[in-house]
Amino acid sequence: MTEKMFMQALGMGIAEEMRIDPKVFLMGEDVRASVYGAASGLHDEFGDERILNTPLSENGFFGAAVGAAAVGMRPIVETLTSFMWVGMDQLVSQAAKMRYMFGGQATLPVVYRAVMYYGGGSAAHHSDRSYPVFMNIGGLKIVTPGTPADAKGLMKTAIRDNDPVIMFEDGTLLGTRGEVPDDPDFTVPFGVANILREGTDVTVVAIAGSVPRALAAAEEMAKEGVSVEVIDPRTLVPLDKETILNSVGKTGRLVVADPAAKVCSAASEIMSIVGEEAFWDLQAPMQKVASKQVHIPFSPSLEKLVYPTSDGIIESIKKTLG
Amino acid sequence: MTTNISKDLLMLMLERMWRIRHFELKLTEMYNAGEVGGVHLYIGQEAVAVGACAALKDSDYIAGNHRSHGHPIAKGANLKKAMAEIFGRIDGYCKGKGGSMHLADFSVGILGESGIVASSVPVATGAALASKLEGKDFVSAVFFGDGASNQGACHESMNLASVWDLPVLFICENNQYAVTTSYKDTVAVEHISDRAQAYNMPGILVDGQDAIAMYEATAQAVERARNGEGPTLIEALTYRFEDHSLGLEKIRKSEYREESEIDEWRLRDPLDLLTKSIVDSGTATPAECDAVSANAHAEVEEAAEFARNSPFPDESELYKDMFASDMPVV
Repeated sequence: MTEKMFMQALGMGIAEEMRIDPKVFLMGEDVRASVYGAASGLHDEFGDERILNTPLSENGFFGAAVGAAAVGMRPIVETLTSFMWVGMDQLVSQAAKMRYMFGGQATLPVVYRAVMYYGGGSAAHHSDRSYPVFMNIGGLKIVTPGTPADAKGLMKTAIRDNDPVIMFEDGTLLGTRGEVPDDPDFTVPFGVANILREGTDVTVVAIAGSVPRALAAAEEMAKEGVSVEVIDPRTLVPLDKETILNSVGKTGRLVVADPAAKVCSAASEIMSIVGEEAFWDLQAPMQKVASKQVHIPFSPSLEKLVYPTSDGIIESIKKTLG
Repeated sequence: MTTNISKDLLMLMLERMWRIRHFELKLTEMYNAGEVGGVHLYIGQEAVAVGACAALKDSDYIAGNHRSHGHPIAKGANLKKAMAEIFGRIDGYCKGKGGSMHLADFSVGILGESGIVASSVPVATGAALASKLEGKDFVSAVFFGDGASNQGACHESMNLASVWDLPVLFICENNQYAVTTSYKDTVAVEHISDRAQAYNMPGILVDGQDAIAMYEATAQAVERARNGEGPTLIEALTYRFEDHSLGLEKIRKSEYREESEIDEWRLRDPLDLLTKSIVDSGTATPAECDAVSANAHAEVEEAAEFARNSPFPDESELYKDMFASDMPVV
């Protein structure tokens, strides 16, 4: 174990897999210079042939990754969540649908790394938390690491996976630090939630950047004698329903913290599942702590009102306790 | 046109063109009988796909569009599986999940047709990227229409392919109309092939009714691609003899093109032109050519019978193929 930043952990995961498998390559805008940080050092180690700077043509290179994957390569594409809209046709019409539409003939081991910046005064065009959109489409695996160790382990699993994966790299977590296994065989499986803190009174499911906020809220509630269980689903597709349902069975109370906008968020889906499958376990109405349903305003005085906070999570926990 | 193409290849081209023609005529007959739904017919354009695919190897890849039966048949697709797919049956290429617009046969390099115009252009570009990165000698070719040539996906792919010298052939089938709109009203240059200059690649204008001309232009582009000299844009001037698709009565009745224009193009039926070249050059007799057509007709009849008798996919297929790994979908 070594202490690493979340961003470094992502890069370690990529580098380790590139050393193992010559079919893995990385492409994106300014990846050689690693403008977003996680690709730092990769160009020096792997050279021009495996680290490709692309033109600003998301629809073009998102689709080229599909084609390369369809004939046996394992591309990794780096982009920002906000630029994914520009390449949506290829993500939806090709990456997501090709395998099913062709009766299973296409195997598409491609990873789209979506750096998810928000909360930094970048306004509406550069602050998207778009994973719920892609959960709705189907055919894409959706990964949202919440800790540096998971950032590495899930990245490695994503690269080895034979389906298209979108890895949402939460910008508010990139600078966080944590212990990361050095073992190149370390991976984190998809569809297995992580119980970050055990508790008995209230379940908090926390997604992506909500993870440290939920942990802080749990710590605060512990001072008041409330035992909070914090679960990070880690992957939204596939979703580990069992861990969430078991926890709600134990606590009878659920809060879901999700930095995506509130309407049709990942939180909406998780609460819907609990409502359908564990309604009688609930002792109080479920609470959703998601972003306000507005575009991200530029002014810091407004932007700070939008996202889930520890205080907001605490407030919701208290609501479930009556 | 005089040519050095072998008799075998000429007869193969004739065979594949007849397969397409009879396939489409059979579908028309079955559509009229209420057996299949509306599809986009390739009648009139057979020389484009067949001439181009004759210059490709089995190990090369193609991708196509919504006018989707000609390309796979030209690349060597199995007629029974193609027909069963159009019937939505389990023995179809995609087990009935894709239908007419999404025929694919990865085993012979057909990476799939696409219902979204221009959407397969980046995909074919990516297959060529794989070839280059791995130092392989396969190439890819993508068929798209004059309408698709205005899509960003097309322009982005051509630029990307040229910047990276990728072994990809952009084959624009200019059949004159995007549904009802003439390319003359939507394309700012005289010829779509002129756009190649903007991407610093050769742009070739070809008579798309002439299978031999298509073969020769494609063979040249394939050679460039295999030599690492990058992509080529080929514009095949061709014509859709039928309406945009079977089943769009409203469009059929519209007056977006003159009957005289259709008649004029029908005088240059690609099958007549190839047959004439074959007979005139003494490569084969008219009787031999007729036999090719009769044989293709029989194959298509057999394919239709096969499709009719193939079962529909059962409920167990519904969730299959969403993912490669075995995991619950929801």
